Amino acid sequence: METIVFYVFSAFMILSALMVITVHNPVRAAFFLVLTFFSSAAVWLLLEAEFLAIILIIVYVGAVMVLFLFVVMMLDVNLAELKKGFVKNLPLAVIVALAMFAMIFMVVGGEQFGVQNFAVPERHAADYSNVSALGQLLYTEYVYSFEIAAVILLVGIVAAISLTLRRRPNTRHQKVEDQVAVKGADRLRVVKVESQPRKHTIDNAEVKK
Amino acid sequence: MVDLILSIYEIPIINILVKIIAILVPLLLTVAYFTYFERKIIGYMQVRIGPNRVGPRGWLQPIADAMKLMFKEIIFPSGANKILFTIAPTLTIATALAAWAVIPFGAEMVLADLNVALLYILAMTSVGVYGVILAGWSSNSKYAIMSTLRTAAQVVSYEIAMGFALVGVVMAARSLNIGDIVAGQSGSIWGWYMWPLLPLFVIYFISGVAETNRAPFDVAEGESEIVAGFHVEYSGILFAIFFLAEYANMILISIMAALLFMGGWLSPFQGVEFLGLGSSFLAGSSIVWLLSKTAIFMFLFLWFRATFPRYRYDQIMRLGWKVFIPITIVWIYVIGIMYYAELAPWFIKG
Amino acid sequence: MKQLTQFFNSLFLAELFKGLSVTGRYLFKKKITVQYPEEKTPQSYRFRGLHAQRRYANGEERCIACKLCEAICPALAISIESEEREDGSRRTKSYDIDLTKCIFCGFCEESCPVDAIVETRIFEYHGEEKSDLYMTKEKLLAVGDKYEEQIAADRAEDASYR
Repeated sequence: METIVFYVFSAFMILSALMVITVHNPVRAAFFLVLTFFSSAAVWLLLEAEFLAIILIIVYVGAVMVLFLFVVMMLDVNLAELKKGFVKNLPLAVIVALAMFAMIFMVVGGEQFGVQNFAVPERHAADYSNVSALGQLLYTEYVYSFEIAAVILLVGIVAAISLTLRRRPNTRHQKVEDQVAVKGADRLRVVKVESQPRKHTIDNAEVKK
Repeated sequence: MVDLILSIYEIPIINILVKIIAILVPLLLTVAYFTYFERKIIGYMQVRIGPNRVGPRGWLQPIADAMKLMFKEIIFPSGANKILFTIAPTLTIATALAAWAVIPFGAEMVLADLNVALLYILAMTSVGVYGVILAGWSSNSKYAIMSTLRTAAQVVSYEIAMGFALVGVVMAARSLNIGDIVAGQSGSIWGWYMWPLLPLFVIYFISGVAETNRAPFDVAEGESEIVAGFHVEYSGILFAIFFLAEYANMILISIMAALLFMGGWLSPFQGVEFLGLGSSFLAGSSIVWLLSKTAIFMFLFLWFRATFPRYRYDQIMRLGWKVFIPITIVWIYVIGIMYYAELAPWFIKG
Repeated sequence: MKQLTQFFNSLFLAELFKGLSVTGRYLFKKKITVQYPEEKTPQSYRFRGLHAQRRYANGEERCIACKLCEAICPALAISIESEEREDGSRRTKSYDIDLTKCIFCGFCEESCPVDAIVETRIFEYHGEEKSDLYMTKEKLLAVGDKYEEQIAADRAEDASYR
């Protein structure tokens, strides 16, 4: 049963990953990437890594890909222009791709990460908490790398903000604080106007005379 | 005969299916009558009386609505991507209902007792955005795509505030399991997490309103500017499914607020000495308490909608990023201090 | 100081609670809905509904085909053709109002020198096809004949303001 589920999701993952790079429409490619993340999360679930699987969904599917789609939907991609240099650059592209593949294969290939290098992970009981085990490890053994990663991310955030933040003194924009602070009396003056007496209905009989 | 039924019930898959039906059928009925009460309550607040024509006092109105939507034609806009157009509402309802799998209705009444239940719910609600995005994109309509962009940005922003608010709960309960979180609030009404986490509680609920795209944060379907947003092009049963998912999500947010901050199925009279209430039957935990607490939050949704005008879009973003996220981060520090001080009755180290 | 109070007011959602209390109070107010088919709101004698053509008491139609209404109609809903009747008086050959164009402004009624074209209090009418909402002279006169009593009473009520 588990093997079937594994193969189904792996097949899904590989297929959708292929679709990401072959599909022409960038929005569809992004959707296929979402599907890839989903199926890899499912594979992780099979490995009892439920925390990682759900974090993958929350972070990548729920946040990163949404922003990705956001950008991709706004782009106006001209497909003809994209395909223009395809044949001319093909040899170079193939060489680069092969080199990349070789490097990736050497680093994460069968020699380092093959099945024979690892013991079969033991099954845990249903009440085994992945989260606390991960927390224990992160905050004791790997606390420095964890902190460094956090600092790097913080630097990234600050850098991104400082790169995009421009002060443009000439633009006119709304100051929300001031708008909120406005009271009715600031904008509106109530003027008392003497009301005029209403003309009374003239008796119909009188009109006929 | 009874033995036969019991033995069938023992088969795992049948057992699970029965439980799923036992959750879904009342849920969908609640959704149907939630729409009815929404119209009634908002009507009452506007000095009207709301629907009162179909059935006695309008009680059959939601059924009439459902029938109408079911028999209406589904119109595919020209140039729309038909597959994605139908997947979108399916995805929305699937995530909205899947999140209910881990919601406990009592100490033992839970379909899937997950250790990472809280994260699972967050994941499901964040995946729910894809329904909106797909709907907007596949409709091939400008209004729909505008709404999609608004929703995507809004939901992602408020998810952060909501996540931080939940971090506070997790810190207090030291567990991601909802059953454990509720158990951590037992003792008395003062043990509920809404007291030490009051700002987070308020932020959680307001973010929940924003997450579900309800008034006053409903710019995704702002009728006055983008017609009906992502579901302008939808009709018939596909539209009904969007509707269903929206209300299921509202109820989910409500029941989560009740579980995480207001002690779930725990009785408010627990541990009360006055008049011996603490030892009477009122003090017992029961699903009735959970449902009535949920009903309070569901009512709040409607009350908000009847009261507040729609936020301007930049104000929504400002509220999310510049107000809620700083407050939650500050309060997480405060929780750390309370935790260090072992503030009773919430933060006693066990 | 003002800024500080404002900060705390907005932090504690003071104004939002004020708003909620208003709607909360209205929840229990007496409802003012008019249950339409059973109950109806009172109508003014100046109500501008379905059009009618009037006659004099002796049965002679009032309209003299002066075409003032046709000229003033902002929606161009009225079209009139006139002719000389055997007795030498100027009368309409046809007098049509397209209700699908009409905006019920009441200018035709205002402009009429002989009070021939009037708007009645009738607003619950319908047409099953478009031609049903095309009021010909016969139809208008029929409406006028049927509701003459009401029309006359309304005109009398309003007379002193004209």
